[in-house]
Amino acid sequence: MVFLWAFLVGGCICVIGQLLLDVGKLTPGHTLSTLVVAGAILDGFELYEPLIDFAGAGATVPITSFGNSLVHGALEEAEKHGIIGVITGMFEITSSGISAAIIFGMIGAIFFKAKG
Amino acid sequence: MQYKDFQKTKEPKRPLLKNCARAFFVGGIICVIGQAISVFYMYFFDFTEQTVGNPTVATLIFITMLLTGLGYYDRLAQFAGAGSAVPVTGFGNAVISAAIEHRTEGFVQGVGGNMFKLAGSVILFGVFSAFVIALIKTIITYLGGAA
Repeated sequence: MVFLWAFLVGGCICVIGQLLLDVGKLTPGHTLSTLVVAGAILDGFELYEPLIDFAGAGATVPITSFGNSLVHGALEEAEKHGIIGVITGMFEITSSGISAAIIFGMIGAIFFKAKG
Repeated sequence: MQYKDFQKTKEPKRPLLKNCARAFFVGGIICVIGQAISVFYMYFFDFTEQTVGNPTVATLIFITMLLTGLGYYDRLAQFAGAGSAVPVTGFGNAVISAAIEHRTEGFVQGVGGNMFKLAGSVILFGVFSAFVIALIKTIITYLGGAA
């Protein structure tokens, strides 16, 4: 059942992105930035976590979850260490996405040649 | 202003419904693949539903590297639009394709300097908005605790 919800919710978030591109006439960079900020704001109101419980990867795979985990990491550290935790905890949860992108970007650059 | 109006009349109409259907379908499929990877990690390793996002994202970006390097991801992006850009694989693709593309300029100036050319704005606005939101929430918690 969670597979179906992952499909539907993930698909819907992508449609929102497509609408921002086509109707809002935003560039891809603007669209993705908007979605990340939207994810962060949703987590600010504690609305993103329920969506993850409900849709699993449908909520964690779209880029909105990046904003969500940034806020989440910052708040978790802030609870432990006070206001400085907002900065020290920022990448606590979301490190894997950035690390993976950097590491595999480097490996890709070593092993693959640009096409065309 | 006049030029903008003129441009509007000349701009080709975008097939909105078709684009949205493709984005929905491809984006949904990528999330289902992500869900399958999550289930795998929860079943065979000690991850919970809350923590499984991390290895899932890393695995998806690894798959993206292969698809980007072999040139398949660009073709998918042509077809799917936001459906392949919005999932975290699109973020991976932006980083990895920039890295591969600028390889000819050397590893320091080319790969290192251009890797986050496209994805940088996502990180910047994600981090900055998260900072503001977390700061506001923390301050509110303090005030609430003091009162």
